[in-house]
Amino acid sequence: MKVTFPHMGNLWIVLKTLFTHLGLDVVVPPPCTKRTMELGVRYAPESACLPLKVNLGNFLEARELGADTIVMAGGVGPCRIGYYAAVQHEILKDLGYEFDMVVFEPPDVHFSEVWDKIKYLNRRPWQEGVRGVILAWQKACAIDALEQQLHRLRPLEEKPGQADLIFRKALEKIDEANDRRSIKRVYKEAESELNNIHRRSINPLRIAIVGEIYTVLEPLVNLDMEKRLGRLGVEVVRGLFISRWINDNLFKGIMPLPNHHPEKTAPPYLNHFVGGHGWDSVGDAVAFSRSGCDGVIQLAPLTCMPEIVAHSVMPSVQQDTGVPIMTIYLDEQTGEAGLQTRLEAFVDMIGRQKNNSLNKGIINI
Amino acid sequence: MEGKKWRLGVPRALFYYYYGSWWKAFFEDLGLEVLVSPPTSKEILDMGVSLAVVEACLPVKVYYGHAAWLSERVDALFVPRLVSVERKSFICPKLMGLPDMLRTALKPCPKIIDSTINLSRNPQKGLETAVRSVARTLGFSGSKVLKAKEKAEKCYKAWLAKQREDKLTAGTTENPINIGIVGHGYLLYDRYLGMDIPHKVQKLGSRVYLPENLTDDEVEEACRVLPKRLYWTLGQKTMGAVLNFMERDDIDGIIHLTAFGCGPDSMVGELAERYARRCGKPFLLLNLDEHTGEAGLNTRLEAFVDMLTRRCSA
Repeated sequence: MKVTFPHMGNLWIVLKTLFTHLGLDVVVPPPCTKRTMELGVRYAPESACLPLKVNLGNFLEARELGADTIVMAGGVGPCRIGYYAAVQHEILKDLGYEFDMVVFEPPDVHFSEVWDKIKYLNRRPWQEGVRGVILAWQKACAIDALEQQLHRLRPLEEKPGQADLIFRKALEKIDEANDRRSIKRVYKEAESELNNIHRRSINPLRIAIVGEIYTVLEPLVNLDMEKRLGRLGVEVVRGLFISRWINDNLFKGIMPLPNHHPEKTAPPYLNHFVGGHGWDSVGDAVAFSRSGCDGVIQLAPLTCMPEIVAHSVMPSVQQDTGVPIMTIYLDEQTGEAGLQTRLEAFVDMIGRQKNNSLNKGIINI
Repeated sequence: MEGKKWRLGVPRALFYYYYGSWWKAFFEDLGLEVLVSPPTSKEILDMGVSLAVVEACLPVKVYYGHAAWLSERVDALFVPRLVSVERKSFICPKLMGLPDMLRTALKPCPKIIDSTINLSRNPQKGLETAVRSVARTLGFSGSKVLKAKEKAEKCYKAWLAKQREDKLTAGTTENPINIGIVGHGYLLYDRYLGMDIPHKVQKLGSRVYLPENLTDDEVEEACRVLPKRLYWTLGQKTMGAVLNFMERDDIDGIIHLTAFGCGPDSMVGELAERYARRCGKPFLLLNLDEHTGEAGLNTRLEAFVDMLTRRCSA
């Protein structure tokens, strides 16, 4: 049994650690490229959302490396991700590929359904598995902590690209790390290297990125949006991180990390859960706007149902908070030049707005 | 607000085509004046398209249009937050957020009655809570509400039975072919939005079978072959109808009517098409949006019917 899984940003490091400790033969799909997208788009239904297409591309590329089992997340509605596995399985079957699919989702009838899947995958004594979970969790936390520093540094560095280089190297080392001590060491090293970067003394704009988790975390589909914004002198903040997602959804929020409270922030704009990350997007947009961000960008795959609901109520949020919100839908047709132009225009606009309000303040004094 | 005679607006779109008779009987029994928007027209569609976000699906845009038409003419709009109408199933995220979406889009916006209807845990209790909540917002309580609910249920059952028997099976030619048309009720029965496709196909000389002609048990039975329970109520209905029609020898072909941007249909339609192809049943997918031209659609329907006729007579 050779196990593979779909890509989502740096999630592969976490999953690889976990599955290796369960005693599985892991095939990490090749990093997402244009080819992955093309493969997925060729065989997936046209109006399905983008993650389904790219994930299908991942599976097809992993197949070339010999994978025969797919482990992925599912759901029980109302978002489409719950039916991804069923549709992808039929597509792969029509292509002549028989994959064994293990889908983790809330049980339909009894919790034993989940338990059986874990037992099916586990090949080693339980202690090893538990150790794997802890190690994977620590890696997720280290990656996310470094990424947050990266967001802060990008607009400030004198020579653009240095911080990204350090981060990429650190990712490789975290992937290789085999115990808590080495993860900590890699983290410390990367941190001190990041601290030594020459910085400009400017006060960057802050833009929050909210939206659907896959489009926010996967640089292939959002065309490296965070790096682009960093180059434009913008500090990116976001509420979606792998570690926080794991904490919210799998650990039920027991770890002391900031978590989402859409039930507190989203009303009166959106008063009910709408599947996926729709509610969180509105809640986060409100929270970030109130906490001093200069702008909000909402990302979503084209035709994403929960995000369309969120998008529909964003004008009210924008009107009440006065912070501009831009919604960007991404799909396989999204072009780099068009996206860059939209980002530049948005950044110029909020930059001017901020300057105007600052100048006004001085005159008033 | 007891005693006030409410003028309540009910948009003739989306789930009006499923529960319209229920709602109307309920509100009228409570003594309210119910104003249902007129059948979809170009004016209403254009209004909806201009108000809704571009990415929303066509039926939701049409709903916006109906609500906008009503907004100046009524005291309150009835836009229930339809989360779930049966156990462990959902409708669609957009219907869960519809009242909030309308509040942002309609300026000025009348009072919106947006009681949550969630029957996913306990259908009986869920319905009771929902009905009470709607009635409380309107200023009614007690036995009057229960009486109205009973009456509404009776009306609804009668309407449902009538719809089941209402078949478009009178063939207009000597040897009519049989076509199953599946899709959401608000596309099949909205004559403007759905371009009246069932009647068009009938006029081309074939018998038409609709999902509403099947009983719930038949749909449930057909869906047993699925690898996973379909958690969209309408998706399950569509899929069950396709699978039922596919297995039957008396049905010659299937037309799947869907709206551009419909999330559940993008998955259900894909699966349905693959299953139909595997068993060799002709399958036509018609995807509607606000740019769909009627002439092009007619040509496609004619071609499909011609092909089936030739196939059957060969």
